[in-house]
Amino acid sequence: MSDRIPRRAGALVLTLLLCALPFYLDAFWLRIGLFSMAAAIGAVGLGLLSGTAGQLSLGHAFFLAVGAYGYVWLAGEPGPGLPPALALVLAVLLAGAAGGLFSPVAGRVRGIYLGVATLALVFLGHHVLLTADSVTGGFNGRSVPPLELGGFAFTDGDPELTVLGVPFGAEERLWYLGLLLSALTWFTARGLLRGRPGRALTALRDSETAASVMGVHVARHRSAAFVVSSMYAGLAGVLLALAFRRVVPDYFGLALSVDYLAMIVIGGLGSVAGATAGAVFVTALPLLMTRYADQLPLVAAPGSAEGSIGPTEAARYLYGAAIVVVLLYAPDGLHGLARRTRARLRRGRSAPLPSDPATPSRPAASAVRAKEHTP
Amino acid sequence: MTGFLDNVLTGLALGAVYALVALGFVTIFKASGVLNFAHGSLLLLGGYLTAILHDDLGFAGALAVAVLVTAAVAGAMDRLLLQRGEQDPRTAHVQTIVTIGVDIVLVTDLARRIGGDLLSLGDPWGDAVTSLGPLTVADSRLAAIAVSALAIAAAFALFRFTPWGLSLRAAAEDAEAAALMGVRLTRIRTVAWCLAGGLAALAAVFLAAFPAPGLERTTGQIALKAFPAAILGGMASPAGALAGSLLIGLTEALVAGYQTELHVLGEGFGDVAPYAVMVLVLLVRPTGLFAAKGATRV
Repeated sequence: MSDRIPRRAGALVLTLLLCALPFYLDAFWLRIGLFSMAAAIGAVGLGLLSGTAGQLSLGHAFFLAVGAYGYVWLAGEPGPGLPPALALVLAVLLAGAAGGLFSPVAGRVRGIYLGVATLALVFLGHHVLLTADSVTGGFNGRSVPPLELGGFAFTDGDPELTVLGVPFGAEERLWYLGLLLSALTWFTARGLLRGRPGRALTALRDSETAASVMGVHVARHRSAAFVVSSMYAGLAGVLLALAFRRVVPDYFGLALSVDYLAMIVIGGLGSVAGATAGAVFVTALPLLMTRYADQLPLVAAPGSAEGSIGPTEAARYLYGAAIVVVLLYAPDGLHGLARRTRARLRRGRSAPLPSDPATPSRPAASAVRAKEHTP
Repeated sequence: MTGFLDNVLTGLALGAVYALVALGFVTIFKASGVLNFAHGSLLLLGGYLTAILHDDLGFAGALAVAVLVTAAVAGAMDRLLLQRGEQDPRTAHVQTIVTIGVDIVLVTDLARRIGGDLLSLGDPWGDAVTSLGPLTVADSRLAAIAVSALAIAAAFALFRFTPWGLSLRAAAEDAEAAALMGVRLTRIRTVAWCLAGGLAALAAVFLAAFPAPGLERTTGQIALKAFPAAILGGMASPAGALAGSLLIGLTEALVAGYQTELHVLGEGFGDVAPYAVMVLVLLVRPTGLFAAKGATRV
């Protein structure tokens, strides 16, 4: 109870800091921030599905694509040309509907089987994106119509805007949109996770039989988790499309799905804050490494001699290794690491509290493990 | 009719190669409960080793070394990265994600080495063809069918007749009971991983042989098509994986062969047809075609 006030103060400071950043950072950093925010929204959605409901999904890229392309088609020409704000909402609903259509599979297929079944979505979706030229623009993709809200466009002009001497271009404007949507995601997801649905899903993950005995409708909850997760992915897709200003099918491949899986694993399964941290890590790392390639040891600038390690490759090595190392030494991810560090700091300051929920009874756990006979 | 037979033969050859990969998946899954996402990179590693060694060692020697090294890498991966910590079936999904990390590192490195090149594996079949009645078949396809059949038969014999196979089946049935009967689970697991790695390296040869242009940095992605094959068969059943692979291979070849008639589905639908088949099968049978009926259905 007592740590609620400092925690709130911390959240307030963080919010103010995030709101102030566009006044100090240039477009490069703002774009990193935007991509990270979009990724965080998607990762929170996947975390809901994989971390809480225990369902492995490799189809996240597909739902991102549905959101992104849905928005582009609904708001653009050719397409109905709806007001962009309405298109945004409809695109999110469309992604949810796509998740719902898959629910006959998602509700019945479990764990690893679902992982592979969702793999099918990515490949089939990619195929559709390539062939349905009239809607998706085929291989070359489509440009994204800018978002407009009551006459205020999220572009470089129209209307010209200068706040406190800082010209507000597309990045600055989208930054605040991203913040708003991230906050929305954060609160809704935490509400879901801490409320009744979250508890039902956790029970489902731990034991299907026990959960159903307690009155949790297994197939319905699984499908619902899938639909909600698809909607977050759709929202992330729209934000990504707005940040990229152009959508192409090849972006929404299996690698993207794997990225999202890596985000939630590195961040720590089943935690909103962890998913956000993982998303920032996975998104920002390659961009930063490309930018600062010339200052890093062992990394060559892009396009230099063959056989040397370029920044993209270095980022991939680091990223693959990060997944392995995090899972080997901190299977509960960055979130678990932070929690344990905090608990240790607190224990250092005062006497250990026996009933502190933040510090699980580790001695007891290790005692149990020691008793177990390893075959 | 000739066209149909042609497509069927192509499909069988394709299915035979998928079967080598899918059998590896299933063996690993049976022994450890892990879905090995690094299988594609193991396949690429095997192909790459064969490609760079065949000038010095000859094709057979290079292939033998590639199979052994890939098997060793797979085994080492299991021992060093996956088998750390407690042996708990619930950690299988964490280990599955570790294999994704390993895959990213391996593929990045191999792709960097291969670059944009097409590597020849120096296989003895080249672009020779054989006439079978009205059909003309590439020798490499016939070799793919024959070698896969042999390798798969050998793997099945291993499962069926050796003490290791018995232990593997016992461990898959009930790991705890098997451990109490003196089965050394860690060793069983590692051998299973080695076997799967070797099979993947073998599959690489036929994926890079004629009529494919050679080994590319993307060849490993073929392994992803063996996922549907393994799932179709029910993941824990080697025979199911074989049937699933043939089904997937035939589907792919037939859809590609009759592409003009199926152009509603778009160009290149053959490449994604396996996934469509898999979704349809999973709709009807959520645990695959050959899986034992689950007792915990709620």
